[in-house]
Amino acid sequence: MSSIISISNLTKVYQRDKQEIRVLNNISLEIAQGDFVALMGPSGSGKTTLLNIIAGIDRPSSGNIIVADTQIASLSETELAKWRSRHIGFIFQFYNLIPVLTAYENVELPLMLTPLSKSERRSQVELALNVVGLGDRMHHYPKQLSGGQEQRVAIARAIASDPDIFVADEPTGDLDRVSAEEILTLLDRLNKEFGKTIVMVTHDPYAAKRAHTTHHLEKGDLLQEESKL
Amino acid sequence: MSMIKLIAKNSFRHTLRVILTIVGISIAVLAFGLLRTVVTAWSAGVAASSPNRLVTRQAVSFIFTLPYAYKDKIAAIPGIDQVSYFNWFAGTYIDKNQFFARVACDPETLFKVYPEYQLSSNEKAKFMSERNACILGIETAKRYNVKIGDIMNIDGDIYPGKWQFVVRGIYTPRTKSDDATQMFFHWNYLNERMKSDYPNRADEIGWYVIKIKDAAASATISQRIDNLFKNSRAETKSETEGQFQQGFVASSGAIIGAINIMSYLIIGIILLVLCNTMIMTARERTREYAVLKTLGFTGKHLFTFIAGEALIISCIGALIGLSSLIPIVQGFESVLPKGWFPVFNIENSTYVMAGSSALLVGIIASIVPIYRALNTRIVDGLRFNG
Amino acid sequence: MVYDLTDNLMNIPLYYIWKNFLARKLTTGITITGIALVVFVFAAVLMMADGIQQTLSSTGSNDNVVITRKSSSGEITSIIDRATADLISTMPMIQKDETGKPLLTSDAVTIINAPKKDGGGLSNLAVRGVSENALKIRNKITIISGRMFTFGARELIVGKAIEERFSNIAIGNTIKFAGDNWVIVGIMDAEKSGFESELWCDASQLIQAFNRVDYSTLTFRISDNANIEQLKALFAGDKRLNQYEPENERKYFEKQSEAMRLFIQILGITITIIFSVGAMIGAMITMYAAVANRTTEIGTLRALGFQRMSILIAFLVESLITAFIGGFIGIGLASILQFYSISTLNFGSFSELSFSFALTSNVIQGALTFTGIMGFIGGFLPAVKASRMSILAALR
Repeated sequence: MSSIISISNLTKVYQRDKQEIRVLNNISLEIAQGDFVALMGPSGSGKTTLLNIIAGIDRPSSGNIIVADTQIASLSETELAKWRSRHIGFIFQFYNLIPVLTAYENVELPLMLTPLSKSERRSQVELALNVVGLGDRMHHYPKQLSGGQEQRVAIARAIASDPDIFVADEPTGDLDRVSAEEILTLLDRLNKEFGKTIVMVTHDPYAAKRAHTTHHLEKGDLLQEESKL
Repeated sequence: MSMIKLIAKNSFRHTLRVILTIVGISIAVLAFGLLRTVVTAWSAGVAASSPNRLVTRQAVSFIFTLPYAYKDKIAAIPGIDQVSYFNWFAGTYIDKNQFFARVACDPETLFKVYPEYQLSSNEKAKFMSERNACILGIETAKRYNVKIGDIMNIDGDIYPGKWQFVVRGIYTPRTKSDDATQMFFHWNYLNERMKSDYPNRADEIGWYVIKIKDAAASATISQRIDNLFKNSRAETKSETEGQFQQGFVASSGAIIGAINIMSYLIIGIILLVLCNTMIMTARERTREYAVLKTLGFTGKHLFTFIAGEALIISCIGALIGLSSLIPIVQGFESVLPKGWFPVFNIENSTYVMAGSSALLVGIIASIVPIYRALNTRIVDGLRFNG
Repeated sequence: MVYDLTDNLMNIPLYYIWKNFLARKLTTGITITGIALVVFVFAAVLMMADGIQQTLSSTGSNDNVVITRKSSSGEITSIIDRATADLISTMPMIQKDETGKPLLTSDAVTIINAPKKDGGGLSNLAVRGVSENALKIRNKITIISGRMFTFGARELIVGKAIEERFSNIAIGNTIKFAGDNWVIVGIMDAEKSGFESELWCDASQLIQAFNRVDYSTLTFRISDNANIEQLKALFAGDKRLNQYEPENERKYFEKQSEAMRLFIQILGITITIIFSVGAMIGAMITMYAAVANRTTEIGTLRALGFQRMSILIAFLVESLITAFIGGFIGIGLASILQFYSISTLNFGSFSELSFSFALTSNVIQGALTFTGIMGFIGGFLPAVKASRMSILAALR
């Protein structure tokens, strides 16, 4: 399988006051298309930073990164925004739904950037919501939904624009066991049924077990690889 | 869902705060409108002036009189169509707090120099034929419930004695900028009494109003009139009606200036209130803006969201403020001494200024929030916790 | 040792208030600016009205009586003929000076045109011809440079405010009116009263120059044992005098400005009411936002044991501090206005009247009270909301 994400000698340094903090230290890594990858490590290990760089919402200080055949580090902000909307689907720990919009409208949001007509958007939205199993709650507001349902709406939003890569930052971090299970099953489906590549940051070993590949980071360094097929 | 719907929904997110902001803005727009109305009312005389009319008065102050004998000399100047004359009568009607102009005039020429005072030919004829007749502007007639045939009793002060006039006509103004409150009676009636009671005050008029054929000649004709009477006992000053009225406005210039400054300060206050709200609101949405950016929305979109929200709030506030302006202005007018401002309208310019200020304020208030939203990196925004 | 915080109502976390203040510098700064502006306008309007009041009520003393023609609108339109003037001057209730002469001045008042300093063109100035005892009767007037004019000569003394506003006003210069040149020989200070906007000269010279016959008004010092009501009754009952009326000099001049003062007061009060509502709303918005953003902290404080009342007072105090900072800035700005004076046409006398902005204790009190009310009302509801939050809801 070809790599959809190729990282070589990636370093990220932060300047805080007079100190230089190396968040990522010369990371090299390949992620195959259709893989389900977990990034694990203690807090401060740099896993979230790595995820952010892969997703195109942060830039490396040095090194090379190719995602979906694009050298994303050399894109301008505007080009990056366009690229993101086409290739990346985000799933956050705190769902980050817009409270004044219904589930339907939240899912529709990324589609507003596309040239699709209203009815075309509708079919995409309904499809996405059905995939996550919330077809009957389309017109509910986030506060009317449980945590697990909100996360599913967030996943539907990520699905709606049909990206190749899903980026999830602690997707089950705020959920109870049952809801967490539902979400992980959903991610599994996206991966197995729809062939989507998933990169997930988590510190929950139970969630990591659902992934095929796990990478460990510690203090900015990439440790040995664990695979499970 | 459309962009507009999204902006609108977001605008009312924090209902209490948005309502407070809208109320705050509408109140400030109200205050602004009231002040501007006062300022425009003060200059109403200027607005109602005609470029074809000149006013000739005593050079030192209009409170000093000019000889009646000047009339024919003035009329002989080429370019002059009509010469009319007036005396400020004042006097006490009912009590000292009833303000409307009470003026002695020449009925033959009154309507020729002031065609905007409209009177039926019937009433005109009656007015002209009776020595002690008078006519009233329709607003004064309404205010005091005076009808044709009623007698008006006035206690003279400048011209002492008890005076009686019979109302023979009620005039209507041609436009709402014209003074509809004045009372006119015969100059001859006044002069007769002067001849018998105060002979050394007879044959004097207060000011001349001259209708000229060509407005462009106003400066030259004014000069010629004044030259006629230079170095005489009563020197004249002639100018266009607009300049004459402007002189009155200018004399209270300081107070008007103060009021103008206040109205601009008010706009500043509106700006601050809205800025405050927008900054707070945008700050709370920091994380959300970051999420939108992750979804692919760009700076242009964020600009639209924030500015759109600010404009919605400022425009609703302006609309509410302007619609409450009408009753407030009426209320204010009723508390002022009656007849103080003969014309007290909300001018179109006031509406326009208030409206454009609201737009401007909406845009300016968005600057800081937009700047912040654009310059916050996505990762920092996602980490934001209020 | 265990501290029982729950008992102490007054454990208001002041340092907490201070820290929060600093944390939200921009929005707090905006709120303070808004309140400062409102207080400034409020104070300025009050100062304008007070300034007019001061000028006109200090023009004139309670010990003096002015005689004018009945129903004349001002001194300019009043006429008193010589015979009547002579008659009045013999009345017993007029105080006498040390030589036995009545402390009475027969004034002839008129208007002239003069060019203003700021290039604003010509403006009307009042010229007052007075009698020899005038300065004794109007004893607030002092000659601060030069000398009093000589009776019988065409000389003038000039009010200080005129020297400041009109061009060519200096000792030794002349002013031309009524076909003659009048020499300025002195400048007078009249304690910021209306007389400071006047030119004074010999009444008989003025009357001669303008080809007049009559005086305008009479002013005299009333003797201690007489009162104004008696005087009014006397005038009303005498056929020769019932066309004239006496009035307390101070009240007379106050009435001249009544219209203008009334207008400024009405406008001022209207604007102030409108503004204050606006300012309270501004304060409320800020405070509500402050409360909303600090729910976790409030919950923590409550969990630690601080009373509801302490929380309420803490937020209320914060609101009041914000308001008062704005209020003091506003008053400070307004006090700068004291260096400015305004001149406008007084419709009572048809001549220029200068008045300044008076920062009286009244104004300061009023402004501070106003500020306090704004801060209190603006902060009250949000403070109540903060105190009523349940700990659990706040910490969630």
